[in-house]
Amino acid sequence: MTVQPLDFELHLAELESRVSELAEKRPSEDPLLKAAREDLDKERKALYGNLTPWQRVQIARHPARPYFLDYISSCVTDFVELHGDRLFGDDKAMPAGIGRIGGHRCVIIGQQKGRDVKENVLRNFGSPHPEGYRKALRLMRLAERFDLPVVCIIDTPGAYPGVGAEERHIAEAIAVNLREMMALKARIVAVVIGEGGSGGALGIGVADRVLMMENAYYSVISPEGCAAILWKHRKHAPEAAAALKLTADNLQELGLIDGVVPEPMGGAHRDPVATSETLTRTIASAIETLQGIPLKQLLEERYAKFRGMGVFSE
Amino acid sequence: MTIFRKPTLKISEKKKREMPEGLWTKCPGCSEMVHNLALEENLKVCARCGYHFAMGASERITLLVDEGSFQETDASMSAVDPLGFKGVATYEERLATYRKKTGLVDAVITGSGAMGGIPLGLAVMDFSFLAATMGSVVGEKITRIIEASTKAKRPVIIVCASGGARMYEGMLSLMQMAKTSGALARHAEAGLPYIAVLTNPTTAGVMASFATLGDITLAEPKAMIGFAGPRVIRETTHQELPSGFQTAEFLLDHGLIDEIVPRAKMRETIITILGNLTGK
Repeated sequence: MTVQPLDFELHLAELESRVSELAEKRPSEDPLLKAAREDLDKERKALYGNLTPWQRVQIARHPARPYFLDYISSCVTDFVELHGDRLFGDDKAMPAGIGRIGGHRCVIIGQQKGRDVKENVLRNFGSPHPEGYRKALRLMRLAERFDLPVVCIIDTPGAYPGVGAEERHIAEAIAVNLREMMALKARIVAVVIGEGGSGGALGIGVADRVLMMENAYYSVISPEGCAAILWKHRKHAPEAAAALKLTADNLQELGLIDGVVPEPMGGAHRDPVATSETLTRTIASAIETLQGIPLKQLLEERYAKFRGMGVFSE
Repeated sequence: MTIFRKPTLKISEKKKREMPEGLWTKCPGCSEMVHNLALEENLKVCARCGYHFAMGASERITLLVDEGSFQETDASMSAVDPLGFKGVATYEERLATYRKKTGLVDAVITGSGAMGGIPLGLAVMDFSFLAATMGSVVGEKITRIIEASTKAKRPVIIVCASGGARMYEGMLSLMQMAKTSGALARHAEAGLPYIAVLTNPTTAGVMASFATLGDITLAEPKAMIGFAGPRVIRETTHQELPSGFQTAEFLLDHGLIDEIVPRAKMRETIITILGNLTGK
């Protein structure tokens, strides 16, 4: 699959096409080709080794980036999707089910975006309604009953701001999840794979291990939203992205997440197979570690972790 | 045909009534001019239309608790600038401005007190401080008063008002939602009642955490209550918003709120509820 380059990747794309042109015409040990390859390598390292927060946000939103259901296909075996919140409906922005990751039986919940208009209408651009959060909680209860770990895959621009969502109390649905997940008697692993959009992400994000992919972002407000409020214009989103400290590295430094999942150079979409292998191994190993911790201790540690978040003076 | 042309009415500058500053307030509910003294005497509620004006945290506490029973906790806990946030104004500058303007240290006052002789934990948010957004201080103070109340086996009352999570503290603010909700999980597990009182306006991150986790949820009349802002909803969905959308009355109709209680009745209603729940 040819990947559409982002604005800041255009220069690299030129070098890439030059290399492939040369490779067609010349033998592999040709000095010109070799030099072009080295050039490309150097430029890649320079760019991807120093991505700005805003560039990462763009990679996190890249339409070719693997989504939740792509990982369901590549990381999960024996998957059975389970629908509905038993109250109002089934939220297609938040598919969920049971399956195995690295051989571990688990409940898997995630947010799903679409790649084209039709898919996005179905998936509501990955923005869940209250039904999504209530379905998630129903299946977490199922996990509790059958002693299964819960794996939450986060990729949402945010919970849906709509009339129906308000009428059916999306804030309450998220709040209840926060409260119940803080005390849920099951091992919980959460991974932000793309966009971690505020409360909509946190609504399935209270976990014993909160991980982020290298180019994912997790933020209290979208950079555009923050820019619109504080800078009075969305065009200042790059400054807002830097100010909000929303990258995986930033958040690990702040002690707000437990680990970063490395991605192939240039982002997960450059090598989805390698990415899903890394993700499978990471989730499986997190589950194994958590299963070694007695439940009572696990719940104390989960509470203490979130309890300790906050910086103030007194 | 100009016979029925509408006459143009002009108000000359001279005829404008002289209105001394700070004596009268225009009521946003009925557009009447209300005398400030009358407003103070009526608990900042418009006598004509019942509009509830914003009430500061300390006034609210005086109104709710038994006289002399309130003991403030963590009064000096203050926000720092953990991200070194630089926007158009820095976080430090914003904090300094609001501390000076409001005389408050941050957006919530917490403490223990008693209502009708029942000892309890109380947190009251004050919208005048940075729109009562929740950062580390608000989250920590609320968590502490909930935990202290769980330990002392006391009910908790939180009077909510908020614009949401505080942007200037980034993800630290978002995590306060999990922290406060976790403390409430343990308070509930201990079999203790929590009453949430929603005042104008209560929105976003605070709505998606402790504001909607009450065993009982009360609201002041006409309070604006919701998750997303109405402008965001209109822009995202291009939908017409139903009349009365995101008001206390709308949410009572839609099943979120137990009861709408006018300010003057709030104290006695809470005392009656606590009595009925706990037999005290």
